[in-house]
Amino acid sequence: MKILLPFLGVMGLVIVAFVGVELLNLQYLFGVIIPYVAFITFMVGVALRVLKWGKSAVPFCIPTTSGQQKSFSWIKHNRFDNPSNNLEVVGRMALEVLLFRSLFSNTASSLKKEEGDLVHGSSKWLWIAGLAFHWSFFILVFRHLRLFIDPIPPMLYLVDSLDGLMQVGVPVLYWTGLIFLISATYLFIRRAVIPQVRYLSLPNDHFPLLLLIVIALTGLVMRYFIKVDIIYVKDLTIGLFKLNPVISHHLGLIFYIHLFMVSVLLIYFPFSKLMHAAGVFLSPTRNMPNNSRRIRHINPWNYPVKVHSYEEYEDDFREKMKGVGIPVEKE
Amino acid sequence: MKLHDILVKESSNILNGWYSLILKTYHPDSEVFLAKKNDPFANPIGHNISVSIKGILEELLNNMVQERIVGLLNDIIRIKAVQDSNPSDAISLLFLLKQTLRDATKGYIEGEQLFRELLAFEDKIDRLTLLSFDIFMKCREDIFNIKVNEIRRGAFMFTKRAKVEDDKL
Amino acid sequence: MSNSKPDELSQINYMPPDEDWMDTAVHMKKGMYCHGANENSLKTVGFPNPRQWSSSETNWKLPENWQEIVIKGMAERLEKYRSFHIFMDICVRCGACADKCHFFLGTGDPKNMPVLRAELLRSIYRREFTKAGRILGRFAGARELTEEVLKEWWYYFFQCTECRRCSVFCPYGIDTAEITMIARELLNLLGLNIEWIAGPVANCYMKGNHLGLEPHTIKSSMEFLVDEIEELTGVKVEPTFNRKGAEILFVTPSGDLFADPGTYTCMGYLMLFHELGLDYTWSTYASEGGNFGSFTSNEMGKRLNSKIYAEAKRLGVKWILGGECGHMWRVLNQYMDTWNGPADFLEAPVSPITGTKFENAASTKMVHISEFTADLLKHDRLEIDPSRNDHYKVTYHDSCNTSRGMGLLEEPRYIINKVCKNFFEMPENTIREKTFCCGSGSGLNASENMELRLRGGFPRANAVKYVHNKFGVDMLACICAIDRAALTSLMDYWVPGVRVIGVTELLANAMKMKGENDRQTDLRGDPLAGADDGEAKEDSEDA
Repeated sequence: MKILLPFLGVMGLVIVAFVGVELLNLQYLFGVIIPYVAFITFMVGVALRVLKWGKSAVPFCIPTTSGQQKSFSWIKHNRFDNPSNNLEVVGRMALEVLLFRSLFSNTASSLKKEEGDLVHGSSKWLWIAGLAFHWSFFILVFRHLRLFIDPIPPMLYLVDSLDGLMQVGVPVLYWTGLIFLISATYLFIRRAVIPQVRYLSLPNDHFPLLLLIVIALTGLVMRYFIKVDIIYVKDLTIGLFKLNPVISHHLGLIFYIHLFMVSVLLIYFPFSKLMHAAGVFLSPTRNMPNNSRRIRHINPWNYPVKVHSYEEYEDDFREKMKGVGIPVEKE
Repeated sequence: MKLHDILVKESSNILNGWYSLILKTYHPDSEVFLAKKNDPFANPIGHNISVSIKGILEELLNNMVQERIVGLLNDIIRIKAVQDSNPSDAISLLFLLKQTLRDATKGYIEGEQLFRELLAFEDKIDRLTLLSFDIFMKCREDIFNIKVNEIRRGAFMFTKRAKVEDDKL
Repeated sequence: MSNSKPDELSQINYMPPDEDWMDTAVHMKKGMYCHGANENSLKTVGFPNPRQWSSSETNWKLPENWQEIVIKGMAERLEKYRSFHIFMDICVRCGACADKCHFFLGTGDPKNMPVLRAELLRSIYRREFTKAGRILGRFAGARELTEEVLKEWWYYFFQCTECRRCSVFCPYGIDTAEITMIARELLNLLGLNIEWIAGPVANCYMKGNHLGLEPHTIKSSMEFLVDEIEELTGVKVEPTFNRKGAEILFVTPSGDLFADPGTYTCMGYLMLFHELGLDYTWSTYASEGGNFGSFTSNEMGKRLNSKIYAEAKRLGVKWILGGECGHMWRVLNQYMDTWNGPADFLEAPVSPITGTKFENAASTKMVHISEFTADLLKHDRLEIDPSRNDHYKVTYHDSCNTSRGMGLLEEPRYIINKVCKNFFEMPENTIREKTFCCGSGSGLNASENMELRLRGGFPRANAVKYVHNKFGVDMLACICAIDRAALTSLMDYWVPGVRVIGVTELLANAMKMKGENDRQTDLRGDPLAGADDGEAKEDSEDA
């Protein structure tokens, strides 16, 4: 059920695009209106969610310290795992966001282990697949910028030529597309097959993965098999970008499915766990320095509380204290 | 073929079968995790169980040395004794060995001789079962004593001072 | 709800039903949970909904509008804690944390996987606070808040020791300790606490310490330790109490004053401070370093913690020195200054012996005893004879809180290496920031949940057993009062022959005091290695 439901959902969406474009000829709806709606939902949704998080207070300085604190000059301080100032926090966050350092530490211990490697094997794969998935996703999105910008900036050419390195086939095979599809598929299969992960997975864990797989498949099909003419795509996208969209009849069904799925992803994004992309930057256990003994952290909602004062305590025990010679305030 | 030779030949099958039956007594979603038994520290239960049952089978196939077998049983029953408060659940793992043995020797047992040998072998397992009861009871007693000692240590100063006062008198 | 029923006994090979975790009703197993809080304990500190109730009965006597209370409590905390808010939203359920929890490793109960423990709360968050959850329900991982769910919360959030090990491995730093703290606050709103926490909280509020020791008892108890030290060393130490004008206020968990083997660590403090001629005082009002209040609610933590600064101010000390304790240091490092600071009536701490400025404590003005001692040893201000610990083979257990909530990893190791010669580390993935919990932290060190504690502590014990078998380790050093009590029981069950010792006790064994007599035994009365040959005698005469 957990997998079937999202699977049916994604298939349903494909059918919606098919019916809309092929049977009802709603090209304008699927090519212009929905993408606009999706883009706006995405931007506004993400902004609102981040603002909502931002509105929540950070009452305490609670970094998870994963290394030696900064104490004496003669004890080696672990800057990246236990940052003591904001600069070091930036370092820790960079390692976390760019290299998934915490996930990697999962596996680091196994490298030195005397006996078999089986146990940590799966988590090592998780790190590699996660890294491959996110990086190729990022580069893919970045490469798509060429569809929106004219003339294409040199930076994009550089990424393109690096990605297409080794010149396999015509048109040039982009490695990222392939890596993305493989890693997304691995992550999906992992969820579906490893019982421990299957047990804790929810339908809305499978849904975005399936969505992304369909997006990747349609994208690859367009590039390598059906070969949609990039000129017409670019006409549409640049039109969208300049708020003057033009629909061309040269764009086939696959393109619309691809675009519709991307739109769904954009709409889905702000309401789902995909927000981890923004949330990770706000995570208090990672983005705070461990310096709360050196610099006082302020709690914005700190309020006075009822305490049991020394005077009340002495009133309770004065005679007993005097009896054993403990000094008291009031004789 | 003698039963002993059959069991030696089949020992790795028997161990795997026995191990997976024991894991089935855990939650199915933990079972997979416990099945990865190689890292003694990342999966202490799985590792300890797999090491112990290997030793136990070896002892059964050779001359059971009381001291060694008690040590091995202790390692495994001690884990069970804090996980299951019923002795029957904790001890059940030895019955699971019987089940595995019967499965593993199915193709071989034809003559009456082998059958007799199997029965004798199962007697040995029964003896282990009885030992396991003792160990289980010892573990539960340990837990009880630990509770008592903890309370005693918590009030250490009271008892110690009382003792000193007594000595003075 | 109860122990296994008779019909279950006949089954040997049982298979729990393979159903979704949301559908599995909580099965409360005896030995896995603590007694519910007493009415009086809650009343003493003014906690809401005090009543006599029992967790083993079906009727928990909940207030009529309990759901409203919980939802309102969640709404309030989502605004107050960004950690809580974010951790409710961003988990991708990658499973990296699943096998990092000592309770999961020791019980095999899948709801002890950190991700699932958090999902118990998240499923309600989604239902009540997200559009997706309200509209899509189960598809979005949402469910209704029922009494069954509440019982599940109570059972599993009192099976988490807030040790933060999962947080180290989470790619987003999601910290189950934060989630457990919030969940316990919510339960506390309904009066659903456990007595092992609520009792000490009430004691600490009224009497100044968890054990409820009254001022005269503290003093007489300490006098007894003074006598012990004199008997052992011939040196008479003279601690003072509530003394105004002392330079330093010393605060340690009350367990050290009263419980074995913490009392030996306490003797260690007394001997060390005497040897240094430190101008310090104890307080009977702020006689608790630990803070069980922080296991109930942020507010209660603050109420108990306030005594330390208040007393420092009243006595007019310059700064505060803190003893060996785990969660005490999580609170002192990450909460105290924010709660009850700024401590502008104190001075930035400077060691009167070495002149070292403790820059890292410039604002809280509170220094850890291991920092203080490591600095002394670095500057050779103590005469140390490490051979006096030759009769021990030592390993070191990092407390969860000092490692993952502070990063105090090297200071205690520096001390141990100076004061004893036989030190062996446990395997790398079980120490430092990856240390395994004792299984009894965050107020779970009760008696009735011993099975839970022994299971949760198994991964730790297993690593001790490894060095016990390999190197003959027989002493487990630590810097935590709960460890001293809990690990002792843990060792008795899993690794008999290993005892537990505070780092300051190890130090005091090795420390030569001015004018001490010929020590034949350590603080516990165990004979020293080679105690009878002439060498030991010669050494002490030199001193």
